[in-house]
Amino acid sequence: MGAHASNTPAPAILAEVRPAVMPRPTLVENHRDSHWITEKICGLVEGKTPVWWWWCFGLASIVASFTVSGLIYLVATGVGVWGHANPVNWAWDIVNFVFWIGIGHAGTLISAILCLLRQKWRTSINRPAEAMTIFAVVCAAIFPVFHVGRIWFAVLPGYLFPFPNSNAIWQNFRSPLEWDVFAVSTYGTVSVLFWYVGLIPDLGTLRDRFTAAGNLFKARIYGFFAMGWRGSNRQWSNYEMAYLILAGISTPLVLSVHTIVSFDFAVSLIPGWHTTIFPPYFVAGAIFSGFGMVLTLMLPLRAICRLEDLITQYHIDCMCKIILATGTMVGYAYSMEFFIAWYGANPYEGFAFINRAFGHYAWAYWIMISCNVITPQFFWFKSVRENTTLVWILCLFVNVGMWFERFVIIVTSLARDFLPSSWGYYSPSVVEIFTFFGTFGVFSVLFLLFIRFVPIMPMSEIKAVIPAADPHGSSKH
Amino acid sequence: MNKTYGLIAAFDTTPELYHACEKVRDAGYSQWDALTPFPIHGLDAAMGLRRSKVPRFSLAGGVTGFCTGMGFIAWLGLYEYPLIVGGKPMFSPMFAFPVSYELTILFTAFATIGGMFFLNKLPMHYHPVLKAPQFVRAMDDRFYIVIETNDPKFNATATRDLLAKAGGKDIVELEA
Repeated sequence: MGAHASNTPAPAILAEVRPAVMPRPTLVENHRDSHWITEKICGLVEGKTPVWWWWCFGLASIVASFTVSGLIYLVATGVGVWGHANPVNWAWDIVNFVFWIGIGHAGTLISAILCLLRQKWRTSINRPAEAMTIFAVVCAAIFPVFHVGRIWFAVLPGYLFPFPNSNAIWQNFRSPLEWDVFAVSTYGTVSVLFWYVGLIPDLGTLRDRFTAAGNLFKARIYGFFAMGWRGSNRQWSNYEMAYLILAGISTPLVLSVHTIVSFDFAVSLIPGWHTTIFPPYFVAGAIFSGFGMVLTLMLPLRAICRLEDLITQYHIDCMCKIILATGTMVGYAYSMEFFIAWYGANPYEGFAFINRAFGHYAWAYWIMISCNVITPQFFWFKSVRENTTLVWILCLFVNVGMWFERFVIIVTSLARDFLPSSWGYYSPSVVEIFTFFGTFGVFSVLFLLFIRFVPIMPMSEIKAVIPAADPHGSSKH
Repeated sequence: MNKTYGLIAAFDTTPELYHACEKVRDAGYSQWDALTPFPIHGLDAAMGLRRSKVPRFSLAGGVTGFCTGMGFIAWLGLYEYPLIVGGKPMFSPMFAFPVSYELTILFTAFATIGGMFFLNKLPMHYHPVLKAPQFVRAMDDRFYIVIETNDPKFNATATRDLLAKAGGKDIVELEA
């Protein structure tokens, strides 16, 4: 076995089984204790607002104003200000919607699926990832709500939500678009509830610290949302059960949301959309893009707030590996789509795929392939995963690639459907570009408010995974 | 001093609290609780707590949600405004399924959280332990056991002895 073997070789059959010792990676570095965790996380909320925060907030607000102006102009003028025209009647609005909703999925994956799988490394990243989910759903919801033009009709009498219109006609529940309204609004609501339940114990900690420090105004506000939480084990018992059930229902929820989003396309008859591979392929793509965004946000946050002991190299490794796995699944789906287009022997389907790769939108297709299939392959290498700057840059490519994936699917299929007489080429208008650009500002504004006012990591969950939390005394080592 | 709510004892480590809880449980107390900054694995058994009843609320919510979805879409298509779209049936559980599925999850989530609040008697913004000065540590890094005076087995000296023998420190009375 080892090169260090002594002169007498080990017998062929060992007298006892000696399993390999595989040390578990530490989730909190430098043996930090509970009190350090409390001070660190609460310190970010209690301390003075740092200068970088104001700069980022100012910049994000300016960017967000692009969305606000774009939407005001749209409502005042009409949906014609967007670049949609026959035959491409769905374009950036649904591309942006699917892009943002997909980003949200990593947050739910981390908080729900990894919770059910007992992956303890989720603890230090689940709060910011869930916040990312909620803010991504907010950005996503802008597009379907505003694409109806007169947004006051989106709800009542509803274009989207089930209220009959003036002719007493209801929404069409046979349509995947109506299913999508329910999927996305349920997803947004459950994500907020899940996030809030996770926050309750930490809000209790902040309430008591503000009370002890004599800041009664803040103690009241945090105390209101903490609901009188006192960390009693009789409460924890119900709380943990509720959290587990929420994780259990969020798992089928997150899978169903992107499945239903993919039904928007797969249930239609357009070549390139009408495929059964869409649901799993969209879910894998959503998780892929979501983890890309999680790392894009976490790595600067880790560096600025000095969170290296809580978001360790092990966490970054795990996330890179998930990006690698899901990116490879997405690459497999791209090649399988091509194979089925050929194997299915449908000339329209075959043309749709040849056209994607070599037609007018080939530039978008090859951006998508290089960002989504080639970029994640770098994560096979440990040296890449340990270089945080490089990881961050690669994740930016993942974000870009996943936006282009939706663009390629949606626009190429519509621009070249069955009849050459109805073919066209779509380009976005300035209003569309500004509106989408601004959503990054909207997202950043919300995320900055989150890191300023909310404990950014679940203290109670991190404390539960340090060795000192073990009631059977593994704290000795 | 006002009426006494109970006795509070502090513990520094998780194993100390765990074994102290076993002792209090075995002494037969019922009106008592452990205050911890994070959920401790296995403490429910050490305290002799039964399995949480939250899943009953969840199940009720889920069933309600599924029936709401199916019932609403059937009522809409069959009675309220029957409208043929694309030659599809007026009602079929197939096309009603995605919406019913989402409503199952939505209602389960609300019922679970509502059930958790109800069973935990939250919101409760006033509680004797919340105003104790040492409580800030209970949400930080220290562990406490509180035994209430209205426990039938409560006895000011015997209970204090039990907590002290179990390793409790800084044992004081809590004002109600």
